[in-house]
Amino acid sequence: MKMEKQIVSSTQFGIMIERLAHQLIENHSDFSETILVGVQPRGVEFANRVLEKLTEISENKNINSGSLDITFFRDDFGRREEPIEAQELDMNVSIEGKRVVLIDDVLFTGRSVRSAMDALMSFGRPKQVELMVLIDRRLKRHLPIQPNYVGKTVDSILSEKVIVRWKSGESEDEIILLKSDNE
Amino acid sequence: MSKLSVDHLLGIKNLKKKDIELIFKTADNFKRIINQPIKKVPTLRDITIANLFFENSTRTRLSFELAEKRLSADVVNFSSASSSVKKGETLIDTVNNILAMKVDMVVIRHPNPGSAEFLSRNVNASIVNAGDGAHEHPTQALLDSFSIRERLGKVEGKKIVIIGDILHSRVALSNIYCLQKLGAEVRVCGPSTLIPKYIESLGVKHFSDLKEALNWCDVANVLRIQLERQDVNYFPSLREYSMVYGINKELLDSLDKDIVVMHPGPINRGVELSSDVADSNSAIILDQVENGVAVRMAVMYLLAGKLKK
Repeated sequence: MKMEKQIVSSTQFGIMIERLAHQLIENHSDFSETILVGVQPRGVEFANRVLEKLTEISENKNINSGSLDITFFRDDFGRREEPIEAQELDMNVSIEGKRVVLIDDVLFTGRSVRSAMDALMSFGRPKQVELMVLIDRRLKRHLPIQPNYVGKTVDSILSEKVIVRWKSGESEDEIILLKSDNE
Repeated sequence: MSKLSVDHLLGIKNLKKKDIELIFKTADNFKRIINQPIKKVPTLRDITIANLFFENSTRTRLSFELAEKRLSADVVNFSSASSSVKKGETLIDTVNNILAMKVDMVVIRHPNPGSAEFLSRNVNASIVNAGDGAHEHPTQALLDSFSIRERLGKVEGKKIVIIGDILHSRVALSNIYCLQKLGAEVRVCGPSTLIPKYIESLGVKHFSDLKEALNWCDVANVLRIQLERQDVNYFPSLREYSMVYGINKELLDSLDKDIVVMHPGPINRGVELSSDVADSNSAIILDQVENGVAVRMAVMYLLAGKLKK
């Protein structure tokens, strides 16, 4: 049997996104040299939320953003049962000399972020790359990667899963921790 | 679904519609990648691919090689002209010797029909057929359908006529399978000496009049007259062929609608296509070449995903 435990409620969720948006404004002021890049598939929804909030707070409608697909840059090709299906990407802004904020939902082993950095570099040479994550599962990192902006830090064990559920129709935003009983 | 139902790409005949759709979806992503400032991805860096060309080719070979390099695979090239095949080595021996050097995938073009299938049964590597005699040329058919899909939005329900030397053409056979699987209607047009006798058994009707064929179709896929495969005279002269089956600007202008003109290359300008048609906006010949790289990347990516590590 699987057990679900809510670790972030809808209200906390809103506060978290607002705090992250303020942190970005603190470091990037008018965003003229900044591009927010969501990592496919799940980082994009998060990036859109942050962007929405930023636009609302700073009344700046010209914040650049894009989305990045990392499928072909992953390091587990051929080691999985099924190859991962590639996703759309949208990088219509030049990142050359810009400050890029990579945005993903959950940071765990750090391998996706490594792939995302490689994928990003094929679009040019950014001046700086930062990392924003909604959830930082700080134990069990495989690579020396640390986020610059964190929604919430979660200490969980390998058999647990962190799932981010985005608001859709009736359901509210929430983050849950999934535990398997038999482990 | 993100997995092909086959372990080798031997022909379109063995593919399911779902496989073709998966290849197209993957190729969409690769097409975006080959238009990035840095056109290379590290995906296949631990895969080695041998290109074995027992028959001449420029476009297909370059396209495969480029696709492999864009995926970061290690590539070895082989052409029969400068090899031990000339000393009497058999196909299996040649390939097994190459595989002994730890090659994971083999791209083969060979003048004998069925050679790719034969290899897939006898050697331990993933095989991609790059043309076997007058049998199949699956990647060409895939890139043709991919280009139609790109230009017209979809393949399903479209009318495609394949014009010219159907008898000696592996492109024609693969195209017929591919287009039919995707729900298009296919007919052929050409002198009856160059139309296979049993073409109707594939559900393909034959036009002998070019203008009638062009008025019927949405897309005309024009093939080259393969003089190198013709052992007897199938028509009186190239000049006469060109007068009856060559497409020129006046003919296209006289139709009631715009059609898309395709050609797998190499073009014999002035024979099957006049220069003004080949260079016109109706022609998507160079798009086909660009898409060829993306489609071949997709095929090799998906096949390599099935190799056991």
